[in-house]
Amino acid sequence: MAIKATGAEIILNVLKDQGVDTLFGYPGGAVLPIYDAIYQQNHINHYLVRHEQGATHAAEGYARSTGKVGCVLVTSGPGATNAITGIADALLDSIPMIVITGQVGTPLIGTDAFQEADIVGITRSCSKHNYLVRNVEDLERVMHEAFYIASSGRPGPVVIDVPKDVQFAEYEYTGELVNEHKTYKPIIDGAPDAIAEAIKLIKNAKKPIFYTGGGVINSGPEASEALREFVELTGAPVTSTLMGLGAYPASGDKWLNMLGMHGSYEANMAMHDCDVMICVGARFDDRITGRIDAFAPHCKKIHIDIDPSSINKIIQVDVPIVGDVKSVLTDMIKLWKAGNCSKTQPSLKPWFKEIDAWRARNSFAYNKTDDVIAPQYAIERLYELTKDQDTYITTEVGQHQMWAAQHYKFDEPNRWMTSGGLGTMGYGLPAALGVQVAHPDALVIDIAGEGSIQMCMQEMATAMQFGLPIKIFILNNERLGMVRQWQQLLHGERYSATYSESIPDFVIMAQAFGCLGLRVSDPAKLDDTIKEMMAYNGPVLVDVEVEKHANCLPMIPSGAVHNEMILEDVLADVEVSDAGKRLV
Amino acid sequence: MQDNQHTLSILVDNEAGVLARVIGLFSARGYNIESLTVSEIDQATNMSRITVVTSGNEKIITQIKQQIVRLVPVHSVVDLSLGEASVEREMALVKVAGVGQKRVEALRLADAFRAHTVDAAVDSFIFEITGRTDKVTQFINLMKPLGLVEASRTGIAATSRGAEAVHAE
Ligand SMILES: Cc1ncc(C[n+]2csc(CCOP(=O)(O)OP(=O)(O)O)c2C)c(N)n1
Ligand SMILES: [Mg+2]
Repeated sequence: MAIKATGAEIILNVLKDQGVDTLFGYPGGAVLPIYDAIYQQNHINHYLVRHEQGATHAAEGYARSTGKVGCVLVTSGPGATNAITGIADALLDSIPMIVITGQVGTPLIGTDAFQEADIVGITRSCSKHNYLVRNVEDLERVMHEAFYIASSGRPGPVVIDVPKDVQFAEYEYTGELVNEHKTYKPIIDGAPDAIAEAIKLIKNAKKPIFYTGGGVINSGPEASEALREFVELTGAPVTSTLMGLGAYPASGDKWLNMLGMHGSYEANMAMHDCDVMICVGARFDDRITGRIDAFAPHCKKIHIDIDPSSINKIIQVDVPIVGDVKSVLTDMIKLWKAGNCSKTQPSLKPWFKEIDAWRARNSFAYNKTDDVIAPQYAIERLYELTKDQDTYITTEVGQHQMWAAQHYKFDEPNRWMTSGGLGTMGYGLPAALGVQVAHPDALVIDIAGEGSIQMCMQEMATAMQFGLPIKIFILNNERLGMVRQWQQLLHGERYSATYSESIPDFVIMAQAFGCLGLRVSDPAKLDDTIKEMMAYNGPVLVDVEVEKHANCLPMIPSGAVHNEMILEDVLADVEVSDAGKRLV
Repeated sequence: MQDNQHTLSILVDNEAGVLARVIGLFSARGYNIESLTVSEIDQATNMSRITVVTSGNEKIITQIKQQIVRLVPVHSVVDLSLGEASVEREMALVKVAGVGQKRVEALRLADAFRAHTVDAAVDSFIFEITGRTDKVTQFINLMKPLGLVEASRTGIAATSRGAEAVHAE
């Protein structure tokens, strides 16, 4: 039954009908009517951040740890432009997100009015889709459509720009959900003939490998279940991108660790030497492939992806399967079982023998000393002390992020939140807030660098205001470590602007926000400090003073091939081609 | 892989900003646009057709098509250059100024190219010419020494041969 409602009320009604109870936002003139409507209801909890970028990353953390759509509300002009980084981040990592931006009133649009920015124009290339709603009659439909587009197919951010007069205007609210679209129709089920061809390849493979990515996580926990089952059936080893960690358990015996630029020796060597590659919900990103013309040269490639444009974009594949990971893997399992494929498969023992030799190189090994905390050791201890709890990890961007990916072990999906595609410093702290909102009793830890944490550190105030007991675990090397590493490797050890002379005293800073601040530099005291962090019922910042010049290894330098990875800390002696230096 | 010219017919919902979405995609991803025409084709269904001539190897053209289809308001994309079953035409208005022998020669060539004279003054003409792009280009080039002032071209309109619609329902 239709009821009369203002635009602002329609927005809140749609949120409610879409099952949304959490909104991250920041008010301003162009969204006052919506904030007024929020004040007068109690089904949606609004979390006031301290910077709009924080709202977007919080929504990403919320979305990625729950599978639900993350929702953001910001004002026009600077509010909306501050949100751009998070929108772009969500696009590259395929995170379902709705961003409602206020806009100046329709009569003022195009006049350079106060706090006017062309947000639909600005976000056109960094959102999955966007709308400017000029008429209140369109608002309900657009809102529902936006949820459908954000959450279906390859998920992504959808921006809805709502002029202030539209928020005041009245119209009927019908409450009808939209689950289809005239032109946008994602493909869910894979083509049966392609699936059959894939099964044929896998069952005859002597050196198969699963290369999985964030698409498995996006497809939901059942997709991870299906992946695990299919891995067991085929017996093939598994590696994953940064975004896919947790889909297959790190404790599983087929696990090869992460692949790519800072991936394990065994994962990259196995990718290089395999005879059948099964890419599941990953997209052959340049951090994964290394030099493209020499990428995995001896294999047939199967690619499962819900986005047809991901197929053959970078790497030409033999069997493309467009569809949702869960649906496709379920069909593959059925066909595998129906054909009794496990029985007739060649033995994979020789393949695992090769793999075991690569594993024996122990490529994540590092130097441990008694006087300084090795950053890898800090992650290792953090893992050991938190693994039996209900733990979620977010990260910032840099060496600490890669060490976290290498040394923290994930056995479940949705436990690992990191900015992979855009590589956004400042992501981890607000993302942790979003995770904590969704999982109030869980232990949520942002593994940070001292550089990155300064990008969104104001969100500690948000943590305090809403009693979100997140833990910020800074690996403080007093350097923009990842950039410093590249300068050491590629730019003749000329450390241009990667050392900041003034780093805040993080312990005092934490206290200034009302959080607990801890500092540790002695390896012998690390465990106790981590325990103290865990025991405190409130937000904690731990400043872990680590070895300042450690490099993140192994590493495939830009422009190199998987089997040319650097294993030991001999970076300064490495020759990188001029073509490689030009790559990011 | 060799670069070839392709004419893509793109059927879109005629909503605000849809052209910017399609064009923005070309510039953001570094694809060429050699010709572009846009027009509403059916008011009742609120649809427009965008015809883009682009070039690239097979892999790039496939990628372009898939990226375009991914845009939410796009109904379908058809590559009219697959097979040879398409008709492509372009129209141009060509303004030529001159007197005496040049003027006579311009008129003679216009006649040979089946261009219509849509405006005439004592010292100038405007010709309307329709045809394949290379024919239009050739005509304009021939007018250069004869006093070409300017040419305004429409870009390409294209459809497939035969009874079938380009964009099947
Ligand atoms: C917003 C943003 N600006 C710049 C960069 C480039 N960048 C990548 S890693 C890095 C250094 C990060 O330093 P820190 O947070 O201390 O981490 P570390 O590498 O030292 O562990 C920089 C500047 C980025 N990824 N994001
Ligand atoms: Mg650092």
